[in-house]
Amino acid sequence: MSSGLAAVAKGFQGFARYFGGVLGADAYAKYLEHHQAVGHSAPPLSEREFWRDRTDRQDSNPQGRCC
Amino acid sequence: MAETPDRRSTARGEGAVATDTDLPPSALDEKVREAEDKKWTPGKIALWAAIALLGGVAWFMLAIIRGETVNAIWFVFASVCTYLIGYRFYSKVIERYITRPDDRRATPAEYKADGKDYVRTDRNVLFGHHFAAIAGAGPLVGPVIAAQMGYLPGTIWIIIGVVLAGAVQDYLVMFFSMRRGGRSLGQMAREELGVIGGTAALIATLLIMVIIVAILALVVVNALGESPWGVFSVGMTIPIALFMGVYLRYLRPGKIMEVSLIGFVLLMAAIIGGGIVAETPWGADIFTLDKVTIAWGLIVYGFIAAILPVWLLLAPRDYLSTFMKIGVIVMLALAIIVVRPEITVPAFSEFASRDNGPVFPGALFPFLFVTIACGALSGFHALISSGTTPKLVEKERQTRFIGYGGMLMESFVAIMALVAAISIDRGLYFAMNAPAALTGGTVETAATWVNSLGLAGVNITPDFLAQTAANVGEESIVSRTGGAPTLAVGLAHIMQQFIGGTAMMAFWYHFAIMFEALFILTAVDAGTRVARFMLQDSIGNFVPKFKEHSWRPGAWLCTAIMVAAWGAVLLMGVTDPLGGINTLFPLFGIANQLLAAIALSVCLAIVAKQGTFKYLWIVALPLAFAAVVTITASYQKIFSSTPAVGYFANNAAFSKALAEGKTEFGTAKSVAAMEAVVRNTAIQGWLSVIFVVLSIIVIATALLATVRAFRNRADGEAARGNEDPARPSRVFAPAGLIPTPAERELMAEWDKVPAELRFERAGHH
Repeated sequence: MSSGLAAVAKGFQGFARYFGGVLGADAYAKYLEHHQAVGHSAPPLSEREFWRDRTDRQDSNPQGRCC
Repeated sequence: MAETPDRRSTARGEGAVATDTDLPPSALDEKVREAEDKKWTPGKIALWAAIALLGGVAWFMLAIIRGETVNAIWFVFASVCTYLIGYRFYSKVIERYITRPDDRRATPAEYKADGKDYVRTDRNVLFGHHFAAIAGAGPLVGPVIAAQMGYLPGTIWIIIGVVLAGAVQDYLVMFFSMRRGGRSLGQMAREELGVIGGTAALIATLLIMVIIVAILALVVVNALGESPWGVFSVGMTIPIALFMGVYLRYLRPGKIMEVSLIGFVLLMAAIIGGGIVAETPWGADIFTLDKVTIAWGLIVYGFIAAILPVWLLLAPRDYLSTFMKIGVIVMLALAIIVVRPEITVPAFSEFASRDNGPVFPGALFPFLFVTIACGALSGFHALISSGTTPKLVEKERQTRFIGYGGMLMESFVAIMALVAAISIDRGLYFAMNAPAALTGGTVETAATWVNSLGLAGVNITPDFLAQTAANVGEESIVSRTGGAPTLAVGLAHIMQQFIGGTAMMAFWYHFAIMFEALFILTAVDAGTRVARFMLQDSIGNFVPKFKEHSWRPGAWLCTAIMVAAWGAVLLMGVTDPLGGINTLFPLFGIANQLLAAIALSVCLAIVAKQGTFKYLWIVALPLAFAAVVTITASYQKIFSSTPAVGYFANNAAFSKALAEGKTEFGTAKSVAAMEAVVRNTAIQGWLSVIFVVLSIIVIATALLATVRAFRNRADGEAARGNEDPARPSRVFAPAGLIPTPAERELMAEWDKVPAELRFERAGHH
């Protein structure tokens, strides 16, 4: 029973991760990954700073939504 | 076959792409990929034969048999099988001969990687993301309105149109933008077509955005007019979004899933609460608003929303909208497959061969093809497919899946909307979608009018109309034009058989109205913002100060101009004595398709400059069709002598009546109404003229560029200069939904590479 439950939980987690990706919820994690990969010496933005910066940049760079 | 890679690299001047020898290859070996592609195992043959057979049977059931009724499941089979065949075969032709992606080249997401705008994104996630950006209320509204002609013309156009036109446009624009570092359609138009073509494309795009935003807003206003439940629940989305915005900014930054779930629960509460509030005397009193008031509310809202910071309103509502979009579409598909409603609407209705339909005027050709824009061919997508998505693509080959496949998905949404709309009683359909000027606005007059149309099998009673209104929790459903309410009734009709029964119909109806309003309000906000920036940049060419986007007076002035422009068209539609939707919706479709013609023109010029003349027809075919349809439609709107069709003919008829001193004429019952018609038709007519002239300029410059490219065939390679230079890729990812065996093998090789080697270290600022 527990293995079946675990499979359901895993499936749900996978779905949640996918859905989060579509919404853009993983943007900070990807930013950190990029930051680490390019080997910056400066520390990365904190989570709060990152999201602030992200929405503030959208103010001057709007993205269309379709009909 | 074997010489393909070499020929390719010389033909495209890409010999410079040398891949890193420390790493596994960043692309499948051409020969391996080709062999895998061309290997037809018995299982594969059987699968595709079965798909073709099922699709064939489904089309046969829809188009040839046409019994008394047809089951909705055949729509699902006909569309899905055709999409699969189009995707597997036609999009591969485009890939092989036109786009010719090269996975050894890095995409902008790799060579411009900044962790913010340019981020390599998993192909399946990006597919969902792109789909959520292109699909909105458009594919839900157009097919409903077009159902006036019967189900078959719309079905054929949506399915065949997407395979040969809509998906081709989306794919090509996305690919070409990706090769150009994610440049926008406007920038590409300027580069490829020169100053005249580029400027015409820019002005046309700006005007088209105004029209599209205005008519989407009109759809919302029509759905919410005299509906306290709808006004309350849609109104509540604003405080919900504000709360989500504050939550994300100050309380728990980045917890997007969490806040979306909270928002979703609040949204459901708002829908249920709306039902309770609308029942109370004070609730009915406060929230029963007429259309003009709602329109003004929307205009004021549109201005404020466009100058508020993105984090406060736009971003959170966008999350909510995406969340609802995916959920609703999955739910609708499930419901249609489970319930499988019987459709009684004829394949071709009585109006298919006439030009005086009450829902939209004009003959099947060309007006059906402009009425259904989104879902078959939508020019607006070119704005999304260029710019945003190309900056996120991981590998070049994935653009076929994301661009072409994403559009197929939107087409499927349009088919489902069509099924939902035609699953309701036909008499009810016409009672809901004809303007009040025809139905008289009450259940009695509407029933009499519908029965007088002489439609086969249609006989409705006032009681039936009143009962349906009561079931969905509305005061009246007569003349609720705009498509959204009809879709909501259809969806409620299907969903109540799936979950909840008649008691839940009112909930499902308002659920549908809510998500359509949500999509549209997001499009209105985003559209106003994008248009404002375009205007600021354009004015900035003369007054440089306007180019500073942070300069408040300039931003506010440009926002006010854009809101005033779409607000004026919206008010014109709301107060139009002729009905609004039926006069303006063709303009929406024409605008959208003209934008498609502009996008395809840019693609045509690019393909010609590549020297790919033999397969130019792949672009030329949809371009020619879009051009013929929209120019014919515009021509008829401008020159037709039938007043219902031609704006100027109508204008002349009403002007003449006024000059003769008449105090009422046609559906206009007062001198003021007659003057309004004269004014509206003049504006609509001149808008049509401007659109079509601008588009002809763009198409002509594209044809010129094509001819020039044909003459300079020998210089074909130099003309590829607008692409960003090729850089070697240092990553690998599969091209489609499911990795092929060869791709799996290569992925396994990459998995063995130590992590510190895998990401590009060079080239960072």
